[in-house]
Amino acid sequence: MATFEPVLTRNWNVPDARTLKVYESRGGYQAARKALTTMDPDAVVNVVKDSELRGRGGAGFPCGLKWTFLPKDRKETLMCVNGDESEPATFNNRYLLERDPHMFLEGILISCFATRASTAYVYLRFEYINAYKIMEKAIEEARAAGHLGKNIYGTGFDLDVWLHRGAGAYICGEETGLIESLEGKRGWPRIKPPFPAIEGAFRKPTVVNNIETLCCVPHIIERGASWFKSIGTPKSYGPKLYTVSGHVEKQVCVELPLGVTTRQLIDDHAGGVWKGRKAKAAVPGGISMGLLSADELDTPLDFESLRKPGCLGLGTAAVTVIDDHTPIIDYLVNTARFFAHESCGQCTPCREGTNWMNRTIQRIKRGGGRVEDLDVMLHLANNLGIIPGTTICGLADGAAWPIKNAVAKFRGELEDYIRSNQVPGAGPTPLQLDIAAGRKVDLVAIGNAIPAPPPPAGALHSPGRPSA
Amino acid sequence: MAAEAPTRPPQKTAILTEPLKERIRALFPRYPSKRAVTLPALHMVHEHYRCVPLQAMAEIAEILEIAPAEVHDTMSFYGFFPQAPLGDVRVWVCRSISCMLRGGDELLGHACKRLGIEPGETTSDGKLTVEFAECLGVCDHAPAALADDGRVYGPLDEAGVDAMLDELKKGRKDEAPHI
Repeated sequence: MATFEPVLTRNWNVPDARTLKVYESRGGYQAARKALTTMDPDAVVNVVKDSELRGRGGAGFPCGLKWTFLPKDRKETLMCVNGDESEPATFNNRYLLERDPHMFLEGILISCFATRASTAYVYLRFEYINAYKIMEKAIEEARAAGHLGKNIYGTGFDLDVWLHRGAGAYICGEETGLIESLEGKRGWPRIKPPFPAIEGAFRKPTVVNNIETLCCVPHIIERGASWFKSIGTPKSYGPKLYTVSGHVEKQVCVELPLGVTTRQLIDDHAGGVWKGRKAKAAVPGGISMGLLSADELDTPLDFESLRKPGCLGLGTAAVTVIDDHTPIIDYLVNTARFFAHESCGQCTPCREGTNWMNRTIQRIKRGGGRVEDLDVMLHLANNLGIIPGTTICGLADGAAWPIKNAVAKFRGELEDYIRSNQVPGAGPTPLQLDIAAGRKVDLVAIGNAIPAPPPPAGALHSPGRPSA
Repeated sequence: MAAEAPTRPPQKTAILTEPLKERIRALFPRYPSKRAVTLPALHMVHEHYRCVPLQAMAEIAEILEIAPAEVHDTMSFYGFFPQAPLGDVRVWVCRSISCMLRGGDELLGHACKRLGIEPGETTSDGKLTVEFAECLGVCDHAPAALADDGRVYGPLDEAGVDAMLDELKKGRKDEAPHI
């Protein structure tokens, strides 16, 4: 650990680091110059492929491999940068944008050169208002200095970078949702294949990468793939920005080698759990990824190890700590509410399922829960998402995972909560119970429907009515 | 008797000004299709009028050469563009996990109670609109709030919310960003 040299954060504490002058004086744009003037695009792709850089946006797909999926005979390539960082508790991309915009631009430049893209769209979430202003200025500076525009460094390579602002939709962080949104449509994810590398934005081959992924590229070019692979754990190489928030003394964003544990993050970097309390659980990487219980805090936070405690993956490496004074139902109330709010409404299982889960969990919280609700929710969670194959994108998996993990790891507490919090009138109505149990309900008899008019005298038979 | 087509409402005067239309058209070279300018155009109109009225939608559609329904489809998806004007400052109070754990929900309730409005409503003097938000990405300030001129507030407590509301009531501060 002592030998780890931070690279992504190296300019953060330098005054005026976001100006081109300071960035260049600290060796900025040297990697881009090296790539553009001395290397072949395919050679750049190969270096990134050899470094086994995995996407930092959530799925962890190898970046270099993604680039090789582009058709060889393509006429035009587009680059879309995913800056719609909306996963709850994630803010590492905002730090990169606000504190070192030129490193990000250099990453775009090298990646576009490697993939032969001459236009890059940076899809930025609207809430990053300051980051947008900073990026706008940085792009202007870079264009004036010849790092962007026509015939960059005299190599004949052209690149335009445009900022495109989102409008507050979580689903636009999904790569095909982002593409749809960029095209001016609602951000509904597309069915894959075709993958964006074959047919993406405006039906052209498109590369979609996360901001942090692109920020790693200049350092890989500068220091080589073997340097990158000397950091981290097997299959998860390189430095990573971890964010820690929630019930900690100091909410921070730190750069560490992949594979640090949650406990190290809390104790060494976030000043421990707040108010001298103990951690009860932690979210490993944005709420879609599930939940680690207190015994599992020593799991390395990398792409592979988080499967073992039943989490979905590393996600965005945004750790949220929950202290021992917080009932786990509060966590579920929050996650269920979030996904019910952010489901885009395209696939019925997700649109209805997330809302149904939300209503059930809110009912449990209000004191109307039944112990069997947990199993019903689990059943739904197991059948919801792209992994069981019922939805187009992974949003519903993200909604299912908190429930799966919380019920598996905190079942006793949830059952206790349900049993000891029973408020008269908060539970399901007898009618709802009848429907849930599959009993036939006579809506007319219980006064819930207008009685049907008598059949017309001349009808031969009327559907749904016993024949005379 | 044959049904008569309903009479069209009389044509109102255009509400998008020519410079605004020019700014929208200036974005066309950036994208392979005109429809891609929908979101930027909506943002421009929204910034200008603090809302996107139905007629502005139709006028955007005319510039982009698409159907008004297509603009409406996109616009209504995001839940970001209101049809009636917002307050001078729009402030989002975050209620996602990190902020919720530190009391975000209660602070939203406190802010609304103090102003006498519900989340999503505008104060009667037209100065403030308070909305809840899913993660604002400023969790290092949790529990946090964000004003739509870029000002970030947090970590907040009840006194902090009061001070924030007082400051926001003085109006917008669209200045150079600072960290």
